[in-house]
Amino acid sequence: MSASYVRASDAPLRPPPRGHAGPLAWLRENLFAGPGSTALTLGLGLLLGWLAYQVLDWTVLRAVWTGADRSACAVPGAGACWPFVWEKFPQWVFGFYPLGERWRPVLTFLIGAAALAPMLMPAAPAKRFNALFLLVAYPVIAFVLLGGGVFGLPPVETTNWGGLVVTLVVAVTGIVLSLPLGILLALGRQSELPVVRGASIAFIELWRGVPLVTVLFMASVMLPLFLPSGMSLDKLMRAIAGLSLFASAYMAEAVRGGLQAVSRGQREAGLALGLSRWQTTAKIVLPQALRISIPNIVGIFIGLFKDTTLVLVVGIYDLLGIINAGLQDSKWAAPQTANTGYFVAALIYFAFCFAMSRYALFTEGRLARTGRR
Amino acid sequence: MPDTAVRFIGVNKWFGQFHVLRDINLDVMQGERIVICGPSGSGKSTLIRCINRLEQHQEGRIIVDGLEIDDDVKAIEDVRRDVGMVFQHFNLFPHLTVLENCTLAPIWVRKLPKREADALAMKFLERVRIPEQATKYPGQLSGGQQQRVAIARALCMMPKIMLFDEPTSALDPEMVKEVLDTMVGLAGEGMTMLVVTHEMGFARQVADRVIFMDQGQIIEMNAPEEFFGNPRNERTRLFLSQILR
Repeated sequence: MSASYVRASDAPLRPPPRGHAGPLAWLRENLFAGPGSTALTLGLGLLLGWLAYQVLDWTVLRAVWTGADRSACAVPGAGACWPFVWEKFPQWVFGFYPLGERWRPVLTFLIGAAALAPMLMPAAPAKRFNALFLLVAYPVIAFVLLGGGVFGLPPVETTNWGGLVVTLVVAVTGIVLSLPLGILLALGRQSELPVVRGASIAFIELWRGVPLVTVLFMASVMLPLFLPSGMSLDKLMRAIAGLSLFASAYMAEAVRGGLQAVSRGQREAGLALGLSRWQTTAKIVLPQALRISIPNIVGIFIGLFKDTTLVLVVGIYDLLGIINAGLQDSKWAAPQTANTGYFVAALIYFAFCFAMSRYALFTEGRLARTGRR
Repeated sequence: MPDTAVRFIGVNKWFGQFHVLRDINLDVMQGERIVICGPSGSGKSTLIRCINRLEQHQEGRIIVDGLEIDDDVKAIEDVRRDVGMVFQHFNLFPHLTVLENCTLAPIWVRKLPKREADALAMKFLERVRIPEQATKYPGQLSGGQQQRVAIARALCMMPKIMLFDEPTSALDPEMVKEVLDTMVGLAGEGMTMLVVTHEMGFARQVADRVIFMDQGQIIEMNAPEEFFGNPRNERTRLFLSQILR
């Protein structure tokens, strides 16, 4: 070709050559790209297969499915002891909630699920009304239903609440309280007013510097000493308050990370249009900051959900606590009883945390599609 | 003086120890088009950002449309309402559609009903010739389109003064013209404009006065024919010889 050149006609647009697209090509490129990659694929595949078989063997093949007490499960070589789960499950869900009143937690849960489901679906209408119901009306409904004492509902002391009900009450309340509180703290930390900024920093660092177990002990044992005599705060409420404040400090830092990632030009553009500082924060900076923080915020939600198990140390029987307590029952004393109980606990915790994680991914993907830069 | 749009009287400003604006005195008449040029770091962006208080001056007085810019938050918000700004990096709100970008301030600041704000926004999106992009998000548009949306967004507040801070510097070369054309159109309608730019063709075409700044000072200010044809200060001549080849 000489130094000067002018194209006379366009080169044809063609599909990629065979062997560079399609499932076979994908396999070769990603799983069997060379001897090392092939060995790694086969090795990991074998390991995963072996693990899956072990789980299947214990939970299904060697498992005991029926029986009335320990004699069924105390068989040599037996796997999971499922009849123990069948018998204890209602208690794991409801704790020591009176038998005749268990429809109340069920109803509470159903109302919550019915209100939450449309909230999570982007296409469902009336988001504002829905959110208002969930955040304002629902907590009142839930605590009236669960606690009773009005409208002819017999009172049920929180000391009788337990199991999954307590886990969900603590986790949901903690999540709902810690997010707005964390946002306020994050904004406070960036405030131009030294007093607000200082107070926010002090609060955040104080709570982040103390282990959660200490917080719960303080809330349970020391707080009552400071209250005037005759005044008592419910133990469950104190644990929830401690957990929420603890989580809000971490939430504040997650949100602050998002706030810092929003470019300064965004705030300037808002101010230049005549929006007030608050309007700029609420309409422009915060929505973008929260979007950026979603992975961290959900990480904190998940951590909080799992941290609810620590209320055990102040004598509240959450899901794990009540499963643990059930293991002491000599009627079911068998080699695999404890493993079975903990396995179910792990499954339940995993189901909730995995759901949160997947929903967060779905939301991120949806927002990434609309709000591309 | 009712026909003065912006007045700088003995304005000084520092960034820490750095004296970024030095003894600025400038009167901009209503309907006047000013182009400000100068080497980077000469304080030209800072100068126009003082007009809507994105930067704070420490000495002297700035009076915009009869209102003095000082610590009075109310006055600042009043001034910002009537002063539109277009940024080098567009600064569109990426989480809002083009239409929502344009209606946000009219709805929340001017308290327009949504329907009226939408109609207003569409009018200005047609003016900048991209009404068909109204439902898209800024990230889906080209740089030139984004900057035209930014101009429409500012116009939706019906400003009396428009500030342009290097509006074409971040654009690919083939998109500069569409943005400049929009600005020329705006100038033709009698808008008061202060434009920081190195587009000297634009300056010749629309400016009433060209200002050259260096080291925080106004070095030379003149009508474009005189400014380009007969620059008097040595630094101005040097600068022009560097950018006009």
